[in-house]
Amino acid sequence: MHGFWRRFIGNPRVALSLMWLIFIVAVAAAAPVLEPASPFAIVSRPFSPPFGDFLFGTDSLGRDLLAGLMYGARTSLLIAIIATLAAVAFGTLVGSIAGFYGGIVDNVLMRISEFFQTIPSFIFAIVLVAILAPSAGSIVIAIATVSWPTISRVVRGEVLTIKARDFVQAAVVAGQRDMSILVGQVLPNALSPLIVTGSLLVANAILIESALSFLGLGAPDLMSWGFQIGAGRAFLRDAWWLVTVPGIAILLTVLAINLVGEGLNDALNPRLRDL
Amino acid sequence: MGNARLLRYVLRRLLQAIPVILGVVILNFLLLQLAPGDAATVLAGEAGGAPAEYVDALRTRFGLDKPVPVQLALYVKNMLALDLGYSFRNQSGVLPLILARLSATLLLMGTTFVLSLGLGVLLGLLAAVWVRTWKDHLISVAAIVSYAMPLFWIGLMLILLFSIKLDWLPTSGMEDAAAFYEGWERVVDIARHLILPAITLSLFYMALYTRLMRATMLEQRGLDYVTTARAKGLTERQITLRHVVRNALMPVVTVAGVQVGGLLGGSVVVESVFAWPGLGQLAFQALFARDLNLLLGIFFISSCLVVIVNIVVDVIYVLLDPRIRVG
Repeated sequence: MHGFWRRFIGNPRVALSLMWLIFIVAVAAAAPVLEPASPFAIVSRPFSPPFGDFLFGTDSLGRDLLAGLMYGARTSLLIAIIATLAAVAFGTLVGSIAGFYGGIVDNVLMRISEFFQTIPSFIFAIVLVAILAPSAGSIVIAIATVSWPTISRVVRGEVLTIKARDFVQAAVVAGQRDMSILVGQVLPNALSPLIVTGSLLVANAILIESALSFLGLGAPDLMSWGFQIGAGRAFLRDAWWLVTVPGIAILLTVLAINLVGEGLNDALNPRLRDL
Repeated sequence: MGNARLLRYVLRRLLQAIPVILGVVILNFLLLQLAPGDAATVLAGEAGGAPAEYVDALRTRFGLDKPVPVQLALYVKNMLALDLGYSFRNQSGVLPLILARLSATLLLMGTTFVLSLGLGVLLGLLAAVWVRTWKDHLISVAAIVSYAMPLFWIGLMLILLFSIKLDWLPTSGMEDAAAFYEGWERVVDIARHLILPAITLSLFYMALYTRLMRATMLEQRGLDYVTTARAKGLTERQITLRHVVRNALMPVVTVAGVQVGGLLGGSVVVESVFAWPGLGQLAFQALFARDLNLLLGIFFISSCLVVIVNIVVDVIYVLLDPRIRVG
C-alpha cells in the first residue's frame, strides 16, 4: 500500500491535478460563504472587463462572473459525482449479476448494455432531459443512463476472471450464499478497475453536464459553467472573457480528473506503465 | 472470401440490427410515456399554438384512447413504416425535414472521420517512434488537453481567433447564401465554411486515436513477430511501417467504428455553435420550439444511421483483415 501511495502522489501530474481538484472542491463548498449573494444577482453595470472591480468582470446583465464560477463549480461537481455514483451502483449491479451467473442472464444483460452503447448517447440524453423537463434531477438521470454500460462491462469482465480463482471456488465449496460471495469475495477484488473507470466517468459527466447546460437544458435555478458559456456566446466579439474563463475552468477540472484517473491506473498496475 | 459468404454475413448483420432498431422505437415510446401530461399535447409542443384539430389527429394517430399495449403496437407500426409524423412548428413532415438535413451532417461527420483518423494515426505513430523524447511528450500532452476540452468551447475559441480576431474564416453557416456561387467556387466556399466545425469536432477524436495508436504500437513492438522480423535482418523502419503499423491499425479502426454515435452527439453541439444546417442544428431548433416529436424522430433516424455505419465498418473490416472468418 505504501508503494501505491508513493507511485500515485510521486507522479507530478497527479500531484498538480490533486491540488487543483482540492482547490475547486474547497471553492465549491465555500461558495455561499465567499459570495453570500445569489450568482444571479445583478451587482454592477454590464460588461465590466476583467481585473477591474470584479476579478473576471461582469456579464451581459451585470452579474459577477467569479460568483457564477464558484456556484458553477458546485453545480458541475455535485451533478457529475451524483450521476457517476448512480451509474456505478447500477452498472456494478448489472455487471456483477451478468458475470456471476453467466448463461442467458449474462446474454440478455449484455445485449441491453450493448444497446445503450450503440445508440447516440448524447442525443438520447438531450431527448431525456427535454422530456423530463430540465432540472438537476433529470440531468443526473440522463448522465447516469448513458454512463452505466461502461461500468457494467468493466465489472462483468473482472467478475468473470475473479470467479475462476481458487478462493472464490473455496467459498462456493464452503457453502456461502451467492450474494455473500459476490459482495464479500468477488467485488472487493474488482475495486481498482472500478475506481479508475469511475473517476474517468466523473470527467465525462462534467463534459455532458456542461454541454447540456450550454444547449439551454441546464437546471434553470442553478448557475453552471456550461450555462455561463451559453449566455456569453452572443457577446463573443466584445466580451471574450464571458466564454473564455468558464471554458478554462471546465478544461482544467476535466483534465485534472483524467490525469488523476490515469495516475491511479499507473499506480495500481505498475507493470503496464510503459504502455 | 466468396461473394455468397459475404452476402450471408451482411444479411446476418442486418438481422442482428433489427432488435436494436426495435429497441430504439420502444425506448422512444417509453420516453413519450414519461412525459408529463397527455402524449398528444406533448407532441404538439408544450408552448401551445397547435390547433385543436391537430392535437385530435395526433390522439387518433397514437390511439391514445386505447390500452398501452395497443398504443405501443401502433407506435411501432408507424415508426417502422418511417411514418414519423408531422412537425406543426415547421409545417412539414418530420421525415422530409430530417432527410433535408442529413447531407450536411454526413459531410461534417465524414470529413471529421477522415481528418481525426488520419491525423490521429499519424500522430500516434510518430509519438510511438519518438517514445520518451520531448516530441512524444509534446504530442501526448496536446492529446490529453484536447481530450479534456468541451466541444462547444473549442468551437467558440476557434471562432474568436480565426473569424473575429484574424478574420480568415466565416463564423457560421455552410455557404455564403448572398454570393450565389456556382460550380467550383461553391465547393471552395463550402470547404471554407467546413474548416472550423470539422476541426472542432475532430480534436477530441484525434486525441483519442493518437493515444490509442501510440499504446497499440508500443504493445505490438514487444511481440514475437517483431523479434522474428528483426532476426530476419529487417531495418527498424521496415519493421515499423510494414508490420507494426498494420497490426496497430486494426484496434484503432475498430474503436473508430464504435465512435459514430458519439460523433453524431458531438455534431449536435458543433452544429449549434456554427449554425451548420444539419441534423444537430435541427435538434437544437426542435429543443427551443419544444417540438418533441421532431426530437424523437431525430433520435430514431440517428440511431438507424449509427447501426448502418457500424455494419458498413464491420464489412470493410472483414474485407481488410483476412484473419477474421465469417461464417
